[in-house]
Amino acid sequence: MHLLEIKNLHASIGDKEIIKGLNLTIDEGEIHAIMGPNGSGKSTLSAVLTGHPAYTVTEGEVYFKGKNLLEMPAEMRSREGLFLSFQYPVEIPGVSMVNFMRAAVNEHRKYRGEAPLNASEFLKLMREKRALVELDNKLANRSVNEGFSGGEKKRNEIFQMAMLDPVLSILDETDSGLDIDALRIVSEGVNKIHTPQKACVVITHYQRLLDYIKPSIVHVLYQGKIVKTAGFELVGELEAKGYDWIKQELGY
Amino acid sequence: MKAQETYSNLFKNYREVLRLNAACALDGARDAAFARFEAMGIPAANNEEYRYCDLRPALEVDYGLNLYRMGIPAHPGEVFRCDVPTLSTKLFFVVNDLFYPNKKPIELPEGIIYGSLNEQLKANPELLERYYNALCSQGKDTMAALNTAMVQDGFVLYIPAGVQVEQPLQLVQMFQGDIDIMATRRLLIVLEEGASANVIVCDHAMSTAKYFSNQVCEIFLGKDARLEYYEMEMTHDKVTRVSNTYVSQDAGSDLLMNNIGLENGLTRNNVELTFQAPDAKADLSGLSLLSRQQLSDNHVVVNHKAGGCNSNQIFKYVMDGAARGVFGGKVLVQPQAQKTVALQSNANLCTSKEARMHAMPQLEIYADDVTCSHGSATGQIDENALFYMRQRGLSEEEARMFLKFAFASDIVERISLKPLQARIRMLIGKRFRGELSKCAECNICP
Amino acid sequence: MEKSPDQHIIEEVTSGEYKHGFVTDIETEVIPRGLNEDVVRLISAKKQEPEWLLEFRLKAFRYWQTLEMPTWAHLQVPEIDYQDIIYFAAPKTESDDNEEIDPELLKTFDKLGIPLEERDRLLKGGTAVDAVMDSVSVKTTYKENLAELGIIFCSISEAVREYPDLVRQYLGSVVPYRDNYFAALNCAVFSDGSFVYIPKGVRCPMELSTYFRINAVNTGQFERTLIVADDDSYVSYLEGCTAPIRDKSQLHAAIVEIVVNERAEVKYSTVQNWYPGDKNGKGGIYNFVTKRCLCKGYRSKVSWTQVETGSAITWKYPSCVLKGDESVGEFYSVAVTNNYQQADTGTKMIHLGRNTKSTIVSKGISAGKSQNSYRGLVRVASEADNARNHSQCDSLLMGDACGAHTFPYIDINNNTAVVEHEATTSKINEEQLFYCQQRGISTEEAVGLIVNGYAKEVLNKLPMEFAVEAQKLLSVSLEGSVG
Repeated sequence: MHLLEIKNLHASIGDKEIIKGLNLTIDEGEIHAIMGPNGSGKSTLSAVLTGHPAYTVTEGEVYFKGKNLLEMPAEMRSREGLFLSFQYPVEIPGVSMVNFMRAAVNEHRKYRGEAPLNASEFLKLMREKRALVELDNKLANRSVNEGFSGGEKKRNEIFQMAMLDPVLSILDETDSGLDIDALRIVSEGVNKIHTPQKACVVITHYQRLLDYIKPSIVHVLYQGKIVKTAGFELVGELEAKGYDWIKQELGY
Repeated sequence: MKAQETYSNLFKNYREVLRLNAACALDGARDAAFARFEAMGIPAANNEEYRYCDLRPALEVDYGLNLYRMGIPAHPGEVFRCDVPTLSTKLFFVVNDLFYPNKKPIELPEGIIYGSLNEQLKANPELLERYYNALCSQGKDTMAALNTAMVQDGFVLYIPAGVQVEQPLQLVQMFQGDIDIMATRRLLIVLEEGASANVIVCDHAMSTAKYFSNQVCEIFLGKDARLEYYEMEMTHDKVTRVSNTYVSQDAGSDLLMNNIGLENGLTRNNVELTFQAPDAKADLSGLSLLSRQQLSDNHVVVNHKAGGCNSNQIFKYVMDGAARGVFGGKVLVQPQAQKTVALQSNANLCTSKEARMHAMPQLEIYADDVTCSHGSATGQIDENALFYMRQRGLSEEEARMFLKFAFASDIVERISLKPLQARIRMLIGKRFRGELSKCAECNICP
Repeated sequence: MEKSPDQHIIEEVTSGEYKHGFVTDIETEVIPRGLNEDVVRLISAKKQEPEWLLEFRLKAFRYWQTLEMPTWAHLQVPEIDYQDIIYFAAPKTESDDNEEIDPELLKTFDKLGIPLEERDRLLKGGTAVDAVMDSVSVKTTYKENLAELGIIFCSISEAVREYPDLVRQYLGSVVPYRDNYFAALNCAVFSDGSFVYIPKGVRCPMELSTYFRINAVNTGQFERTLIVADDDSYVSYLEGCTAPIRDKSQLHAAIVEIVVNERAEVKYSTVQNWYPGDKNGKGGIYNFVTKRCLCKGYRSKVSWTQVETGSAITWKYPSCVLKGDESVGEFYSVAVTNNYQQADTGTKMIHLGRNTKSTIVSKGISAGKSQNSYRGLVRVASEADNARNHSQCDSLLMGDACGAHTFPYIDINNNTAVVEHEATTSKINEEQLFYCQQRGISTEEAVGLIVNGYAKEVLNKLPMEFAVEAQKLLSVSLEGSVG
């Protein structure tokens, strides 16, 4: 059984089909990179996998840990261990980070049949995980993402990832808007969380993130399909030559 | 019109009963007020001010009136449990429209007058008569006129110059009785120069009959006086509340007024605030949580008669079911009121198909050196935020609750008494979970 | 006492002459003052109208008699004696030949910047004009060229004769005679105005415009405009208006009706420059206008743009009924009041269809002793899913004797609506003023610049030629009115 298995996935938003027959298999311990030009469907893929209501799956199947992922509401996918680090984390004024995370962590625990954390246990966990991404305590006391800088938002995403301890994480352009230091902190955070029992999908345009979080398998997504899959060497090739050669190779 | 006639006849038939035992000020104001009531009539749907708040059905009910001032057997202090546990307050009770004298005298600084409005008007006419009805008689609301015509007692709080009362004073107004009852409630709050106080007024209904409260509250803030005035309504679907609050602020005075509606039937809150002298400040806020057929209509007029004053209004509504929210806010800046800063904001969350919102935020400005703005926004729960939270494992229902709570939170944060704030927060959470009615050991709310 | 430069400028501006205040010396045929059924019949007879139209007028008149003038607006309207008004006035022409226009009239419109000789203007990118003086249309230019495309552009009187079926189908369909007091009055006594019909799929190649001129003394003007844009058509329509300086106020009560069918778009721009009265508030036009557009078809669109500088009293709410799914309504307004002018103006956006969208941008500027109110309604009907509205209403105060007011009404009956209203009121930014002065710009010019900047969002919506005129008008009406 694979950790994630996507078979002939088609998905659209409104009348527009964006994912057009995508196949992908991910196993435990693997780090995949998905690259591709703008508009190729990378963010749509992450939204469809996590169950964003704006998208409709018109064809295909997705299995996560052997379970039919597409039948689950968004929160069940999360509780099963699927995490998305948002490209644009949503600001939620009035909802404090602490209350939000506590509710999320306890929902996950409840799902696993564990007792909820009490306040001091929870704060201890927060402290521990915050340190991973050097997230300021002040930020943890603010409203979710409200008034966070670009870098803080991304660190906050990885912090939440650490808190929820997912099996499969999708990092959607987590490098965008990060300076060199923040990039390093975020990547180190991701690497510390990673274990052989987990997998990770890194969606990005650039090599720089992949130098830190090293993928073993690299895919090129183009026009809603994976058109090329290779090893890490593909990253350098893309960085040097862009995507045009792939398009030519494919006869587009 | 039937209701109009009912109340007119009632007044005429019981004029002499109303005179019995009434303080001069109370009785002296009745006839003029009744004449105004008759002239203006009960507001009908064609009345612009009451366009979305039709009082007629509520007034058609044949209410019992406690004209002969009959008490209830048990003292309310013994049956009432819904206080704020971590906040120690001085408690006062009004049952229906009867003020219950405290069993033991309450320790308050010297010179403070409190308690039964009727009794204190008799005891301290020279002090209180110039305040009683001074603002209300200038108003244009029919129901306020009816109140003045019918009122027999109420609650008064008078704080002399320079006296600061730290401990919050809490007035619990409850409805009790198995028959449909109408209560004419009256409050008079006077803070002389430099005085300060915190007042909490909460409305409760202890059983399921149809209740109607017609309340008038007059507040006078002297120079540099400071008042925090909190109102909370936790009644039920069959309760109608009409409240007229008049505020007069002298130079440098500071008012914080906050109204939280947790459960209600039909509520109409009118607030009319006047800055009489410069450099005063008023912060007015309200939160209405509405379900089923509930209606909440807040009409606020802030009259900047003097310059350099600062007013800030923020009113929010969260509606589900077929609930209806109405907000009418007016900022009036008179020609002489230069350097006015007036902000007004209204935000509404409709979470069901049948919920309705009507907003009429108004600015009427006759002075040029001012900063005035208003905004009104009506929308739904942010779908992106909802998805974000679900991605983190929160159920849709819980995520929605979080977001509703967040929407309401800036009103709650304006409550500066922290224990009260915590209490209100807890009640709002229960309200959103539908557990509020279960706490009071009763089955009033469906 | 030494006058500050600002005060000086205020005086200069308030004494600024109304530029279009001259009187045309032309013989005018008028009917006797007063209003009764006979007058209604007489107007109809003068226009040789069919029976159905006379019936329409009479019904409206009878209804009007049952009404009282509305008082809800933030206006102090002096008593209007409806029996002291002349309801029909027409410049007399020497010959019976309609094509021959009195040279005096040509001169008048020339002077107003509206040449009626087609050779004076380039057809391409030009503007076709229907010129209306008092109760009659003087001339409509480029009629023939437009007719080749199937576009009908003529006076409404002519339309009643030539295209009775079209007129009958649409007249009163958007603003019924029972709509309000002034609409009923207009329906009873309306004189002339323009009729526009754009057939399916036609994009009108030039701006169409109507220029209204009140000239005769003691008359009221009751024009009526009807615009119908059929499926997939487009037209940009302009309206201009002026009147001579007279001590006595004159009444103007017009109706504009617009019907927009599927995917069609109408842009309606007004620069209203009626005589506003003198600096003591004497004279001026009382302007009570009902303008409404029915966005009937799927994806239909209307855009109202108005620059209001004229009239002693303005009561006007160009509205959009968004009936078609995905229809769009826009309202852009700059209203300037000075001296004793009073304006109560705004819009109504009635969302009936699904996914309808509306935008309101209103900029009020009050100076002198004037009162300027924005009044607007945004209503989302229960079946109007996903309606969107954004309203921005700003007021600028110049001087401490004027008033600026905002009265929005928001009615939301569908929870999928997103409706936002924002309004601010402030005085002209002194920092900006000082900055300009520091750079050597005179206060007068600086105010002109700042006010134009403030109103830019609206002015940008006007067709080019109009925008220039409007900018000048704004500066003239206000420059330096800083207290």
